[in-house]
Amino acid sequence: MKTVKLTINGHPVEVEAGTNILNAAQKAQVKIPSLCYHPDLPAWAACGICVVKVKGLNRLVRACATPATEGLEVTTHDPELYGIRRTIIELILSTHPDDCLQCPRNNNCELQRLAAEFGIREAPYGKRLRDLPPDDTTGSLELHPEKCILCGRCAAVCQGMQGVWALEFIGRGEKMRIAPAADVSLEESPCIKCGQCSAHCPVGAIYEHSHAPEVYAALADPTKHCVAQIAPAVRVALGEDFGYEPGTLLTGKIYAALRRLGFDAVFDTNFGADLTIIEEGTEFIERFAHGRGPLPLITSCCPSWTDYMEKFAPDFIDNFSTAKSPHAMVGALTKTYYAEKKGLDPKDIFMVSIMPCTAKKFEIQRSEEMSSSGQQDIDISLTTRELCRMIKSAGIDFRNLPDDEQVDSLLGAYTGAGTIFGATGGVMEAALRTAHWSLTKERLPTMELKEIRGLDGVKEATLKVAGKDVRVAVAHCMGNIEIVLDKVRAAREAGEETPYHFIEVMACRGGCVGGGGQPYGATDTIRRQRAAGLYRDDEKSAQRCSHENPMIQQLYAEFLGEPLGEKSHQLLHTGYYKRKPYKR
Amino acid sequence: MGSGGMIVMDEDDCMVDVARFYQDFCVDESCGKCAPCRVGTRTLLNLLDKITTGKGTRADLKKIRDVGAAMQKAALCGLGQTAPNPVLSTLKYFEAEYLAHIDEQHCPAGKCKALVTYSIDASKCIGCTLCARRCPVGAIEGERQKPHRILPEQCIKCGECLKACKFGAVSRR
Ligand code: SF4
Ligand code: SF4
Ligand code: SF4
Ligand code: SF4
Ligand code: SF4
Ligand code: SF4
Repeated sequence: MKTVKLTINGHPVEVEAGTNILNAAQKAQVKIPSLCYHPDLPAWAACGICVVKVKGLNRLVRACATPATEGLEVTTHDPELYGIRRTIIELILSTHPDDCLQCPRNNNCELQRLAAEFGIREAPYGKRLRDLPPDDTTGSLELHPEKCILCGRCAAVCQGMQGVWALEFIGRGEKMRIAPAADVSLEESPCIKCGQCSAHCPVGAIYEHSHAPEVYAALADPTKHCVAQIAPAVRVALGEDFGYEPGTLLTGKIYAALRRLGFDAVFDTNFGADLTIIEEGTEFIERFAHGRGPLPLITSCCPSWTDYMEKFAPDFIDNFSTAKSPHAMVGALTKTYYAEKKGLDPKDIFMVSIMPCTAKKFEIQRSEEMSSSGQQDIDISLTTRELCRMIKSAGIDFRNLPDDEQVDSLLGAYTGAGTIFGATGGVMEAALRTAHWSLTKERLPTMELKEIRGLDGVKEATLKVAGKDVRVAVAHCMGNIEIVLDKVRAAREAGEETPYHFIEVMACRGGCVGGGGQPYGATDTIRRQRAAGLYRDDEKSAQRCSHENPMIQQLYAEFLGEPLGEKSHQLLHTGYYKRKPYKR
Repeated sequence: MGSGGMIVMDEDDCMVDVARFYQDFCVDESCGKCAPCRVGTRTLLNLLDKITTGKGTRADLKKIRDVGAAMQKAALCGLGQTAPNPVLSTLKYFEAEYLAHIDEQHCPAGKCKALVTYSIDASKCIGCTLCARRCPVGAIEGERQKPHRILPEQCIKCGECLKACKFGAVSRR
């Protein structure tokens, strides 16, 4: 690694060559303010707040877009820079509504925080608001362009990281605004509802459509039997809103909080993850060992990915696992298996899934298979952020809740394989643990498949199973998937053997730990911390393979019969359809 | 003027109005990418509008200097960095003209229409009717050979009457 030495306010620092001044300054414990720069994204240099002085240059430079070079002498803060930054903040505020009290980013907004830090008390340039209508057409995400500060992050995320190109700047000069590409509605656009735009927006211009009111109404209704389930990634991120370090495992406290909110039963999506492994793992073995169905098999538990595939890669429909996503399985079984055992009318059950994800809100109504129990299997899907707000508004002292509260029986118990679903590579790792056992009746020699962990965009591995090579690929962050698909397409066209047998895809960077509905502020450091929390959960689990889950075994014995059996097909599997990227 | 070109003007040109004219142009030219230019050009234009219509205050001059400095230093490209130059340089060299607009609601060059009134001195007017015939909006009334009068609500301050009158009866203030 080539490094360069420079000084920040006279303080010497050494950083990797190519590091920008903004990141170099952090090494000198200096925070340079910015509203548009985000460590996930290339510098866009729009806001102008990060300007700094470099000795020998008679103009200011943007710290986000200027690499640190050898010998640079940088001044990041002085009265002149303070004045310039303050003026820019005041200018931005002059076109921004003072809606903080009604805004989902209240107390968690980068613009609000900066205004507070600079002690802005007046509006010297008045108010010139833009009358731009909101877009709430997807039911997952709301776009409020009048609050947009045109930082460019969402467009860079949607185009660069996700490869979807659903968001774009439209117009120029003071007419410039953020909008779905081609100026259609978000619902008509290619948007895959991943919510990464909302996770990166510095202000409240794009955020999840909240379904908390519906949940409060159901909790207040005595005729409803309210059931909750939490996704793997929620347990290692929710604590961030209550002052915990990212990655702190808080499963017991979250169960306790859900009970205190009034849920009658608390299940765990990790159980559904184990079940997904049994169904999907069986599909894999059918295709891999018995040649029944095309390879590669591709995972389908990420609804943004299935939406993307249906729009942009329908040539892979036959490669998709038909297994539903884990929360959908738990939803379907809650209104059938659980209802039967409990003597409940499925109509009276209100199923809420707590997800790191905005796309799950869309998934629960995406096709009629999502109502396999006769009712809509999942009534409402909430994001981690929405649950945080509900816990706070219900006056629950989260930090002092018991740690050891247990999940409810039937659809709650999980293995280490289920919990790692929340990190990129986790589904593949879990599937291989069980596939190896199915094919050899032996456990994998090492449970941890390190090659497919971590934040590299595309990870590959080859594993010997029963004397045969299993070639797998793991991709996360939607924009990376085309690399993998193109390899498969090239082999197809050349009539060669498929480069991979099994592919895992997650739309969000880092997998669901970095989901679009997670607490704000995710960076790669935080994604790694959250994933590490899940891997710790795996390591301390008594069972680390999905097929060892006794409740899963009981479920098949009492209710489902066998994997891919008739009941499974009816309740746990779905179909995919070619769709147009633009609806009009 | 921003581009480095030079324009020669005389005392008939109001420096505030000239600055306003260029700012109007910059508002249209800003691409919109960066905040200092996108919001700054419009903010300067609105401040200049205020001053040229007699509603400006001395505090607005500080605002112009603050916004102008932020644009010069922090706009992303040359357009935004130079957009405030006409305002800042006229403010530097012709501050008295700005102050006349602010303190006395007076435009010394007579260009800022909101600050200008045309009137006819009855003692000099011989009632030749020329101004009334030239006025494009019929804002001048009066009988032949009797002193004429300008109706302020109708006058659009075009200055035609001033040019027309051969007896120096029309004045601008
Ligand atoms: S986006 Fe931020 S500054 Fe704007 S209204 Fe919301 S909280 Fe307030
Ligand atoms: S949700 Fe995802 S696909 Fe949709 S606009 Fe946002 S980033 Fe783009
Ligand atoms: S919507 Fe948010 S992320 Fe997108 S440009 Fe506007 S402020 Fe930035
Ligand atoms: S990666 Fe996870 S959080 Fe992101 S869209 Fe897919 S399922 Fe949702
Ligand atoms: S300074 Fe340049 S980049 Fe910034 S808005 Fe103006 S024209 Fe666009
Ligand atoms: S200034 Fe023009 S509009 Fe006014 S009275 Fe004279 S000629 Fe008529």
